[in-house]
Amino acid sequence: MQALEVQSVSKKFGREGSRHFPRFSRKNAADEKKPVYAVNDVSFNVGRGEIFGILGPNGSGKSTLIRLMATLLIPDGGRVLVFGHDVAREPGKVRRIINRVSVDAAFFKKLSPMENLIYAARLYGMSGAEAKPRITEILTRLGIERKKIDAPVENMSRGMQQKVAIARAFLTSPVLLLLDEPTTGLDPRSKRDVQAFVHELRQQHATTVVLTTHDMNEAEELCDRIAIIHGGRIVALDTPAALKARLPQGDRPATIEDVFMELTGKRLSTEEEEDAA
Amino acid sequence: MTVVAAAGKAVWRELTASYAFVERNFNLTRRYWAWEVVWLVYSIANALAVTYIGAGMEAITGVKVDTAHLVLYLLIGSLVWGYLSMVFNSISETVSWERWEGTIEYTFMAPISRVTHLLGQTIFSVVYGLLFSCVTFLVVVLFFRLDVAGANLLGALAALGAGSVSFIGFGIMMAVLPLLYPERGTQMTHVMEALLLLVSGVYYPVTVLPGWMQAIARFSPATYALQSMRDALLDGATWGHLLPSLGLMVAMGLVTIPVGVWVFSRAELYAKRTGRLKRTG
Repeated sequence: MQALEVQSVSKKFGREGSRHFPRFSRKNAADEKKPVYAVNDVSFNVGRGEIFGILGPNGSGKSTLIRLMATLLIPDGGRVLVFGHDVAREPGKVRRIINRVSVDAAFFKKLSPMENLIYAARLYGMSGAEAKPRITEILTRLGIERKKIDAPVENMSRGMQQKVAIARAFLTSPVLLLLDEPTTGLDPRSKRDVQAFVHELRQQHATTVVLTTHDMNEAEELCDRIAIIHGGRIVALDTPAALKARLPQGDRPATIEDVFMELTGKRLSTEEEEDAA
Repeated sequence: MTVVAAAGKAVWRELTASYAFVERNFNLTRRYWAWEVVWLVYSIANALAVTYIGAGMEAITGVKVDTAHLVLYLLIGSLVWGYLSMVFNSISETVSWERWEGTIEYTFMAPISRVTHLLGQTIFSVVYGLLFSCVTFLVVVLFFRLDVAGANLLGALAALGAGSVSFIGFGIMMAVLPLLYPERGTQMTHVMEALLLLVSGVYYPVTVLPGWMQAIARFSPATYALQSMRDALLDGATWGHLLPSLGLMVAMGLVTIPVGVWVFSRAELYAKRTGRLKRTG
């Protein structure tokens, strides 16, 4: 069984008028928001213990995909299976085995990291006594000083807050970890700490990781395979080496960034030309 | 035995998760202690302003009235209004506060049932509201040196508690508004709360309302909460007198809570189909 199966998944946003109350739908077509496909017929599988990267420009559908996997959105078409469980039909079973870190470190800012993490731990069935030593251990390993563990999160830097967010996800020992741009805004040292932790998590717990990022080096270094998504569709999916091998070899070795620019940049200009036409 | 043990474990797990919301809200209240003091001062000032209408009635009308009775009558209305505001606010914050902090997706992604989530939120709001109301009551009683020796204080508290069971159901339904309307949903809950109290005789007997409003009042748990509290505090009504109303309020809650949870679940599905859980809405 695959850890994650994404089968012809589509998700669009925007209003087409009410299905349930057509009388109250806006009559003027100009008032209607044209539905836009955030994710359009996307399919891929992720194996157990794999670190799978999703690269894409802003608005390409990366976060929507993560939200679909995290049971926070319901797909309009297709289905997402997490260890065989359909995210739309069995969200409870999926939630027990996943966790997610998003780009914004979302916390109750007046509460301390310890209070925030105990709250999270209880939601995942842990007692306070069980959670406290584990929280301290994870936070200190991520480089957070002990004295900051009981101070309000709002007093911490953005990088520190993001580390607490990562600790929150690790705390629940997820079988599938969804990392949505987890290192965006972190300094190089913090980035390296987080990346090391992701590696360790896979090695010690065989956790499957889906990672979205803007950082090409990070993707290349961490991921076993990378999908490049653009305009809600996957335009390439392969190992970093195979992706780079697609480009003609020039004076210097091709990088993932070259592949990314080649695939997304060309498509963008094509669309612009089409629009202009 | 294994099935029973598994069921017991599942129930324990849900209770632990429910406690997470109580503990979190307690911690937040502790951290925002200055705001709690401000809110308490506001509540007391509000209660005093309303009860002074009773204190000034003789001066306003020139007619002799039982001032102490009128002050207590109005105080009960003010307490119920304040209490209902706190309970509804706290429950609707299930969505609005979490959206503001950006934590809503994490809470909705947690492996707990929505009943557990809403139960934890409401337990805290009821306890918090009852404590707040007791403090406000005490301050106003001391301020006006009201004689409550003959009052059935526990009966009044029980009336507020029993009313809470059904208020929780209404509160859960109202929590849907900030879920569906991120920008103005919370304010809309205040409108619903005011309408509920308007028909329930918050500062006046229901009998002075037009017939159609009186008909609606029969379905409002606030009507029975207000009446029972007035009976207990003004007339010292016995438990035997109060019990039918208390039972009716609990029965209303047994209907409104499941309906509220069902409505909330439908709204959650809608929010997940349309992407409205997201912080920015």
